Amino acid sequence: MSQTPKIRLRGVTKRFGDKLVLDGIDLDVAPNSSMVVIGGSGSGKSVLIKCILGLITPDSGSIEIDGQDMLHLDTRQREAVRARIGMLFQNGALFDSISVADNVAFALLAQKKATKAEARARADAVLAQVGLAASVGDLSPAELSGGMQKRVALARAIAAQPDILFFDEPTTGLDPIMGAVIDGLIVEQVKRLGSTAIAITHDMASARRIGDRAAMIHKGRIVWEGPAGNLMNSGNAMVDQFTHGHREGPIQMELRR
Amino acid sequence: MTAPLDLIAALGRGVLGVCGVAGRVTLFAALGLSHILRPPFYGRAFLRALLEIGYYSLPVVALTAVFTGMVLALQSSIGLSRFSAESAIASLVVLSITRELGPVLAGLMVAGRVGAAMAAEIGTMRVTDQIDALSTLSTNPMKYLVAPRLLAGIIALPLLVVVADILGVMGGFIIAVAKLGFNPNTYLADTLRFLEAGDVISGLVKAAVFGFIITLMGCYHGYNSRGGAQGVGAATTAAVVVASVLILATDYVLTELFFAR
Repeated sequence: MSQTPKIRLRGVTKRFGDKLVLDGIDLDVAPNSSMVVIGGSGSGKSVLIKCILGLITPDSGSIEIDGQDMLHLDTRQREAVRARIGMLFQNGALFDSISVADNVAFALLAQKKATKAEARARADAVLAQVGLAASVGDLSPAELSGGMQKRVALARAIAAQPDILFFDEPTTGLDPIMGAVIDGLIVEQVKRLGSTAIAITHDMASARRIGDRAAMIHKGRIVWEGPAGNLMNSGNAMVDQFTHGHREGPIQMELRR
Repeated sequence: MTAPLDLIAALGRGVLGVCGVAGRVTLFAALGLSHILRPPFYGRAFLRALLEIGYYSLPVVALTAVFTGMVLALQSSIGLSRFSAESAIASLVVLSITRELGPVLAGLMVAGRVGAAMAAEIGTMRVTDQIDALSTLSTNPMKYLVAPRLLAGIIALPLLVVVADILGVMGGFIIAVAKLGFNPNTYLADTLRFLEAGDVISGLVKAAVFGFIITLMGCYHGYNSRGGAQGVGAATTAAVVVASVLILATDYVLTELFFAR
């Protein structure tokens, strides 16, 4: 990678109580590329994303976006950088007190990029991009199926045309076909916006569909990084065990018997 | 000989825990209040909270006030008749209601109704990542969720207490006239004779403080709830219980401040 990375992490460490969740993460994501982070439950994937988003402050290390150290910017500059980041939460996290269209247009109105009427038109257009009719915009999120909620959440994440997108387990809880549909939409939208993306997942099919590159995180450390296409034959014992779902291997599940 | 040490250690842990919570609540309150003053302002969220806290609490506060006024008149007539001092009933009712019972009972009723709902709503938003989602959508959750509710509480409670004061006096009036045989005009004149502006104003100041306490507890416990449905349930309980206790304790402190000499 000769160009400056879009996102650059160095030695990111986070401890909750006496549990070390992130143990010195180094990670580079090149502009306009997609990075998939895989890892078991509790390996620190979600905490990593929340650190980059600024929802959690790491104990040490640096997080650079476009060469700007997020941890040393003042509030206003940090807000400006964060306004260019979109996030798809694992369970959608749609606001259930407002309509689907208001959800999708939320960032546009918050950033004062549009008037109310423009925002509605924009919401309809974005809903169409994820394959939903404009009439869905009048419904409340609770009236939608899981797959539709995921698509609305995707629409909300991309509505303000962010140049960085995060996806937290985008296919979890969906049937395989809907999972593939969501992955297809993600790839399409990331390409259309020219965004840089980080997705965390433990769905291997999804990882290979979304990612250009992949990294595996285990016990708060990056243990492998390489092209996403090599996930199934990486030559790394930990990655092999994870991607093939073997019970025996270098990763020991801490189960009590 | 570890038992006494254990005891002291446990006591120390408890004290430190309380201090920690008090500190966190204070910081949360200061941050919430500072967001009331700094733009952007969410007028729609504020009006919704005002409607929820003020308007929809009217029936329960009104019923509480009317019955309290009625009971006060009845009880005081029984007590005061022993000293042939029935003429003091009107003053007793109006002073009790405006200085104490109006704000405290309205506060407790609203704590149960609104504090619980607020903690449940914000708590659910927390455990379903909606609060994190707000942050990722260029919206400060303290400003969007907490500040409008705090402001609405501070404004709505005094308005509710004005209604409670009037209806409480009306409750006393009904009993005094219909059951105890008072002349309506005399009773009303007696009501107003010893009433001072300070009595009403002190009650309204108390109400504003209680409104702040109720919404602060609802927001704080909801905002910091953890662990799914059970966590939200615990947050709801804590919001109501802590707000109720704080209302009674603060009531004493404020009464000392206003009236002790």
